[in-house]
Amino acid sequence: MDIMIFLIPAAVLMGATGLAAFLWSLRSGQYEDMDGAAHRILIDDED
Amino acid sequence: MVALALTAADAGCPSGLAPPAEREQRADPGAFVRRDAQGRDVLELLIQGAKCAGCIRKIEGGLLAMSGVDAARLNLSTGRLAVAWAPGALKPRDIVDALTRMGYGATAFDPEAAKQQVDEEGRRLLRYLAVSGFAAMNIMMFSVPIWSGHEEMGEGTRTLLHWVSALIAIPAALYAAQPFFGSAWVALRARRANMDVPISLAVFLTLGISVSETIQQGEHAYFDGIVMLLFFLLIGRYLDHRLRERARTAARDLLAMQAVTASRIERDGSITSIASRDIAVGDRLLLAAGDRAPVDGLIEDGISELDCSMLTGETAPQPARPGGAIHAGSVNLTQRLIVRVGARVQESAIAELARLIEIGEQGRAKFVRLADKAAALYVPVVHSLAALTFLGWLFGPTLLRMFGLEAADVGVRQSILNAVAVLIITCPCALGLAVPAVQVVATGRLFKRGVLVKSGNALERLAQVDVAVFDKTGTLTLGKPKLTVQVDSETLQAAASLARISRHPLSRALVEAAGPGTPVKDGREVPGEGIEACVDGVTWRLGRRTFAAPLMADISDGSAELWFARGDAQPTRFAFVDALRADAAQTIAALARRGIAVELISGDRPAAVELAARAAGIAHWRGGISPSEKSRRLDELKAQGKRPLMVGDGLNDTAALAAAHASASPGTALEASQAASDIVIQGAGLMPLVEAIDVARAAKKRAIENLRFSALYNLIAAPTAAAGLLTPLIAALAMSASSLIVTLNALRLQLEGRP
Repeated sequence: MDIMIFLIPAAVLMGATGLAAFLWSLRSGQYEDMDGAAHRILIDDED
Repeated sequence: MVALALTAADAGCPSGLAPPAEREQRADPGAFVRRDAQGRDVLELLIQGAKCAGCIRKIEGGLLAMSGVDAARLNLSTGRLAVAWAPGALKPRDIVDALTRMGYGATAFDPEAAKQQVDEEGRRLLRYLAVSGFAAMNIMMFSVPIWSGHEEMGEGTRTLLHWVSALIAIPAALYAAQPFFGSAWVALRARRANMDVPISLAVFLTLGISVSETIQQGEHAYFDGIVMLLFFLLIGRYLDHRLRERARTAARDLLAMQAVTASRIERDGSITSIASRDIAVGDRLLLAAGDRAPVDGLIEDGISELDCSMLTGETAPQPARPGGAIHAGSVNLTQRLIVRVGARVQESAIAELARLIEIGEQGRAKFVRLADKAAALYVPVVHSLAALTFLGWLFGPTLLRMFGLEAADVGVRQSILNAVAVLIITCPCALGLAVPAVQVVATGRLFKRGVLVKSGNALERLAQVDVAVFDKTGTLTLGKPKLTVQVDSETLQAAASLARISRHPLSRALVEAAGPGTPVKDGREVPGEGIEACVDGVTWRLGRRTFAAPLMADISDGSAELWFARGDAQPTRFAFVDALRADAAQTIAALARRGIAVELISGDRPAAVELAARAAGIAHWRGGISPSEKSRRLDELKAQGKRPLMVGDGLNDTAALAAAHASASPGTALEASQAASDIVIQGAGLMPLVEAIDVARAAKKRAIENLRFSALYNLIAAPTAAAGLLTPLIAALAMSASSLIVTLNALRLQLEGRP
């Protein structure tokens, strides 16, 4: 069961990364305009 | 970026999802510009009619193409547009004009209101939700091996996994449970118990007992359960918050569309545009024809007519002369007035009215929400059950032995463990989600139909309504006069050419009936009398009988009229009524079918009220009613055990709106009326009101189903836990399954075509 020494920190680290990513997205305002984000993907960048 | 050539056909949403806006913009946006950190001028605007990707592109592209504009960003969810430009590069008016040309309605937003936009509370709840969610997933990663390997897994490994779980769960739970701790503490200090008291207790007890089990290398720890519990509860909390926040934002947007600026006359005679809250007592304001008075005051100069229908319900215009009083909410009709301010905006609402509203709201505060009723029942039952479980396991064996039965002591530790299991399994996951989930779905559905529900509480009260009391002017009717007599088109066109130079509502109604045309040359408006013009040497007059056709007999039946005379020819009479909304009769009939009795009470003349009541099919009507009589009528109905719904729009309805069991107002209603209402109906029709009642009733049904289900769940789960049969695996499964079921039941409301 020595492998757990690596697996447990790896699991915790992955969870923490996910949480950090979510908090970052929250802070950078990605949930401010959910409808707009869905539509903006349809706009062609011409410049 | 492609240059946007705009023609009339291109106006508005390119996908045709919303019609081009025609709203005229009166408030000067200049008063709402603020300076940002980079030294740019920023204006926030509320955009109407933006629905799709094409709109984003058209609006942002069109504005960025204007010279000087630095940034333009449209938020499609809230309809809010922020434009930044180098100071002095352009006038704020140009931006609004450009948007109007593109076919979108644009209203400047008060920067004070914009500052409050950031939803701090919602973000905090999302953070709690995220922390509990990720923690629950991570702990579950360690719990699944414990459950699946509980035969083979060594004690040491299990304890190690428990410790890792504890390290994640303790900080996560203590962090994410803060909203519950806070609310429970407030409730306890007020010597009450709410749903958050058992939740907080369960969090502490479960963490404590799980740590002690881990130290003693026990088999069961509930770290996963408690964090998952918080995750589900926070979902309910967040949904509830979203509901209130969305209603609040939408309500604020509606009011922003009435955003008032005023034109102040400075000492040197120049005119500046100021936000209405900056008006000070003693200021002199210029009130152009068509403007609504933002404050109470005295007329210093000018002769005009005032439309006071928002204040009294009376549709006939009142004369305005120097020395006369003018009240906030009345509209100046014909000529510009100069007004000396008598009170600030905040003090302009009549004190009596404010007092009546307060009394009404106190009455409403007695209303007990469905969820709170359930909580009042739930808290004592669950806590007694947990206490009984503890005592039962601790002293039960001794008691049994006293009666000569075989029973072995289980000890304090096992007794506590079983009692805590009861607290965890009965923790109101499903109960906490049962009502908010339904209300979020219901209000979301109504929101799409243009009905704005202020709170979940309002939805519950709306479902109980059995009498509807309508106001007439502006509620049942459009609040705008409409031509009723048939006149040959040549005469109509001739009269309309005069009417086009006036902003009087009757003139406008005449112009509307006549269609497009050109205004007369050299016409002049005689305040309070009518319009006079000389056409080909003949004097044309349009206005009062005494002005235009003094020789004609008075054949007025009390409805509004205009007389039109050309020289010595036979004069023509135009009669007008305040037309009903197109679906008024349909709405009344639909309400009757739902067992809701309808009454009409209005401050207008009884003859006009009777006419409207007949047309709408309302049997019970009363006219000439004062505002306090209106709210007294609602108290009367309430005293009879009825639950009245008040529908009104004017200041004279505000007290009644607040006194009613539930209240609704159209989107055109005054700020005070909308503030006093539970629901606001946008758009021209009244039928959404019927749908709102339908959805409210269906939502109540779903909420009760959910509460019954939660009760059933607890009836099964609590004895299981009390009997000591609960394991962390069963707890995790039961909690998530019950939460899922109530959410799915709530979603049925969305799927049903008609509830």
